[in-house]
Amino acid sequence: MIELIQQYWQQYLCGTPAHPTGLVITLWLLIASLGLGFLLAVPLAVAKVSTHRWLAIPVAIYTYIVRGTPLYVQLLLVYSGVYSLDAVRSTAFLNSFFRDAFNCTILAFTLNTAAYATEIFAGAIKATPRGEIEAARACGMSGLTLYRCIILPSALRRALPAYSNEVILMLHATTLAATATVPDLLKVARNAASDYYLPFVAYGIAAALYLCISFVLIWLFRLAERRWLAYLR
Amino acid sequence: MKRLIAVWKTLFALLVAWTPALLAKDCKVIRFGVDPSYPPFESKAADGSLVGFDIDLGKALCAKLNAKCVWVENDFDGMIPALQARKIDAVLSDMSVTEKRRQQIDFTNKIASSPTRMVAKAGSNLQPTGDSLRGKSIGVEQGTIQETYAKTYFEPKGANVVSYQNQDQVYADLKSGRLDASLQDEAQAEFGFLRTPEGKGFEFCGPEVNDPKILGSAAAIGLRKGDVDLQNALNNALAELLKDGAYQAIAKKYFDFNIYGD
Repeated sequence: MIELIQQYWQQYLCGTPAHPTGLVITLWLLIASLGLGFLLAVPLAVAKVSTHRWLAIPVAIYTYIVRGTPLYVQLLLVYSGVYSLDAVRSTAFLNSFFRDAFNCTILAFTLNTAAYATEIFAGAIKATPRGEIEAARACGMSGLTLYRCIILPSALRRALPAYSNEVILMLHATTLAATATVPDLLKVARNAASDYYLPFVAYGIAAALYLCISFVLIWLFRLAERRWLAYLR
Repeated sequence: MKRLIAVWKTLFALLVAWTPALLAKDCKVIRFGVDPSYPPFESKAADGSLVGFDIDLGKALCAKLNAKCVWVENDFDGMIPALQARKIDAVLSDMSVTEKRRQQIDFTNKIASSPTRMVAKAGSNLQPTGDSLRGKSIGVEQGTIQETYAKTYFEPKGANVVSYQNQDQVYADLKSGRLDASLQDEAQAEFGFLRTPEGKGFEFCGPEVNDPKILGSAAAIGLRKGDVDLQNALNNALAELLKDGAYQAIAKKYFDFNIYGD
């Protein structure tokens, strides 16, 4: 057991600069997919609640498809499926993008979390009290200003508790990256388990590290809620 | 209340009947762990049944011992933990005998011997050496001797060694071009990939690689340490199969050379 830890602690945490592995990769997957997913989800959520049908319906179809299929299948589709198409491999840009397992994983994770976040934000936008909007209109706000100054700040605050759930679920979902050969925390644990035949220790270390990340995330969201949802206390 | 207890009793009885672990008490059942992504040693037919050299050999051994074969599908890297956790009784999955594995489990006498060899696109001129593979991606199956070999000799020289959960995933990425080469059992590569339509345009690159310490010399059935009864039984049955020609008949079905070696 000591030997396993001595041999693998570096891989569990960060690996080498040339080959980062473990915790660093898991965190990077999480932050990249959540960041990109958030940037996608906010405009999509606005489109989803729009009264223009040609804006709302495509977004509804997108979230329906992504939320209606398992992330595992989506990852396999992007990693193995898309890259097996000749059209993708014969285009230089697409070829270099999809050849890299890391890009495929980030793409699949981003599209997935964006769909869930879109629904969360859209729900929060719909729940904006009519009075707030009427007051804003009375002050002469409309369109972009109304969204930027009134609806989005209040909706995103209201979405915080639900969104924190999505973030934790996304952390758990990053373990799927190992299927696409990305050397995340679980992959290192598998390597250690198959190298030393000590699955309890190897997976136990991984579980403890995931628990630490969850703990930090929950703490951060609690801070955020205390700050931005203070008016609800 | 009585009805509720009756329902629970039925459920419990069903559960007990379902639990395969209890079969282990019966010595007439041998649970073989197998990773069916390694044709022609072990793979799945279109109807979901297991086929291959190891499967036929296992069935012949069970027939000799008047035992019932139960096949448990398991990823290769989880075989030894599964064996130690008594989820299976034996590993019959083209597992090579190495020093490192001997520290964990016991083995029967050898059942086959096939060396390790690299496969790459025809005309790639790659050699199974660290210098030739610098900057290239090499696929291996997780937990195999080939993985250890690649990580020992290729990775320090700057090759990118990628481990996959199953061998079929290695070939999928080799075909798609993500991998430049793959390292595996020679007979597996030849009969399970190169001679199939899937393997068109690929070939063996360089000679067989050799390293008795990492690669061992032959494949055998893996057993729990101290399971002497099963070891003796299987060794005796194997000797009989070799003597009465049943082994050779099975081998001929899958290979056109002597897979047993000398």
